[in-house]
Amino acid sequence: MARILQTPAGALGTALVALVAIAALFAPWIAPYDPDQLAVLDRFAGLSPAHWLGTDQLGRDLLSRLLHGATVAMAVSASAIAIALVAGTLLGVAAAALGGWGERAILVLFDIVAAFPSLVLALAVVAVFGPGNGHLVGIVAITLVPQFGRVARAQVLTLQSLPFLEAERILGASPWRILRYHLLPNIAGPLIVLASMEVPSVITIEAGLSFIGLGVRPPLASWGTLIYDGYSYLSDSTLPVLVSSLALALATLGFTLFGEALRDAADPRAR
Amino acid sequence: MTGLGVRFLLGRLLQTVLVVLGAMALLFALTVIVPGDPAAALLGPQASPQYAKQFVAEMGLDQPIPVRFVRFFGHVLTGDLGTDVVSGRKVSAAISAVLPYTVTLTAAAIGLAVLLGVPLGCWAATRPGSWVDNILAGISVALIAIPSFVVAILLLLVFSVWLDWLPVLGTGRGDGVGEAARRLVLPAVALAVGWIGFIARLVRTAMLEVLAEPYIRTARAYGLPSLDIVFKYALRNAAIPPLAILGLGIGRLLGGAVLVEIVFGRPGLGRLVLDAINVRNYPVLQGAVLVVVLLFVAANLLVDILYSAIDPRIRRG
Repeated sequence: MARILQTPAGALGTALVALVAIAALFAPWIAPYDPDQLAVLDRFAGLSPAHWLGTDQLGRDLLSRLLHGATVAMAVSASAIAIALVAGTLLGVAAAALGGWGERAILVLFDIVAAFPSLVLALAVVAVFGPGNGHLVGIVAITLVPQFGRVARAQVLTLQSLPFLEAERILGASPWRILRYHLLPNIAGPLIVLASMEVPSVITIEAGLSFIGLGVRPPLASWGTLIYDGYSYLSDSTLPVLVSSLALALATLGFTLFGEALRDAADPRAR
Repeated sequence: MTGLGVRFLLGRLLQTVLVVLGAMALLFALTVIVPGDPAAALLGPQASPQYAKQFVAEMGLDQPIPVRFVRFFGHVLTGDLGTDVVSGRKVSAAISAVLPYTVTLTAAAIGLAVLLGVPLGCWAATRPGSWVDNILAGISVALIAIPSFVVAILLLLVFSVWLDWLPVLGTGRGDGVGEAARRLVLPAVALAVGWIGFIARLVRTAMLEVLAEPYIRTARAYGLPSLDIVFKYALRNAAIPPLAILGLGIGRLLGGAVLVEIVFGRPGLGRLVLDAINVRNYPVLQGAVLVVVLLFVAANLLVDILYSAIDPRIRRG
């Protein structure tokens, strides 16, 4: 952790991530207003002590909506990445363990899913199942599985040839014991780094889908929803679209810087 | 080309065919598991039962799933992507009408990114650790991190709304090449900025490694001009690792193009897919997504061929 903070980029990333995390966890207590409270007379208010970041087309407080948007972004990212991490690791380890046709089949499956640009696959699935908060998490998770699976498989293959695992096998350790005590702890590092590097792309996909109305459902409002609202009323006021775009940009920048610092700290050679 | 080269390319080709067939099967599966009665969903509640029945027969939806599957494959192989259920047009016609816009946009973005990203990466690599390098590194990561549709909105805000320099929406079709080019600027830049940073970083890393090679030292000892060394001798080798990674980045670029097109109100695959989703026009959706997948897969195959042409060692891998 200390090594992440050593570079200016790592420190900035950590600060931005901490800011988003605090907003996500404590939005209901920090937010000055109810994010859905209408005040039509106050619509498109500018920056003021009452509304630090102004109000939107229905007079809702933008700062409060952005803080609650952080909760949505973090909830979607955390659950989608957790699902993809578990499913990808299982498939990747299975591929390495099976070898032969089983391994080839799993790899081709990864290639097929990866042949769809993430956002396009998400669009195709949303079109069939309809938009929905649960669907959204599932879709994003599917697009991430191949990446986790490939890394898990490659890690296991590297480890398998190392002498300490051979020694364990000769000593009669069961495959389950090897998996539980030797493989999983050793492949966890790279997978966690990958998980942190995927956060910005998940936030981007979620916001992108919400921007075109196919992401989270109302009354939940993600940053993508806020950007869309601002974009639709661009001719009335440029403030809402500006602040919500900047919030999303700062969040993805923060998570990118943090993920890269984490990667560099975990493996200094990767720089 | 040697036997090894042919084998490498044949192997890649086989893998590509397998992936495309798999992607088609996945797309087909999506339309089979669509919840509810597809005819009711497509025609709406007002359609008469007779018409709904006739429609189902016309679309072949009353056939068993394996028959529909084989039929879908056969049609796609002959370039027939089905019929647009809303307008009655051929899906292939609907797609080829908008495809040039998407291809122009992505090609312009890639061109712009290479033109700016490669020299910036080389520049940074010749001065590692200097303020130029540090500033470029910071800008690169910021450009990579910010989603392209957000960049698109910010560009639109600054250059079209506040400064009023460039036109906002549409393609300027019919107003001549100049106007079309003017309207391409902002979307292409929005899509390119992330790639500029991406390419600059990849080139910088690869270039640093190549510049440490003995043959570069020899070239310097001979007194060759620094620019010649970087661009004539080092770049050829430094271009290889970035090229391999660029193929994968094209997926993100195509996804970004979908949203950027929507932000700028340009016709293209993005608009087509979104409209198809909104009216549950599955044949158009299926066709458009398949075309995007084909573009992505073809781009990756092309990258691999280029890659093995530049570096013969890869063919043995």
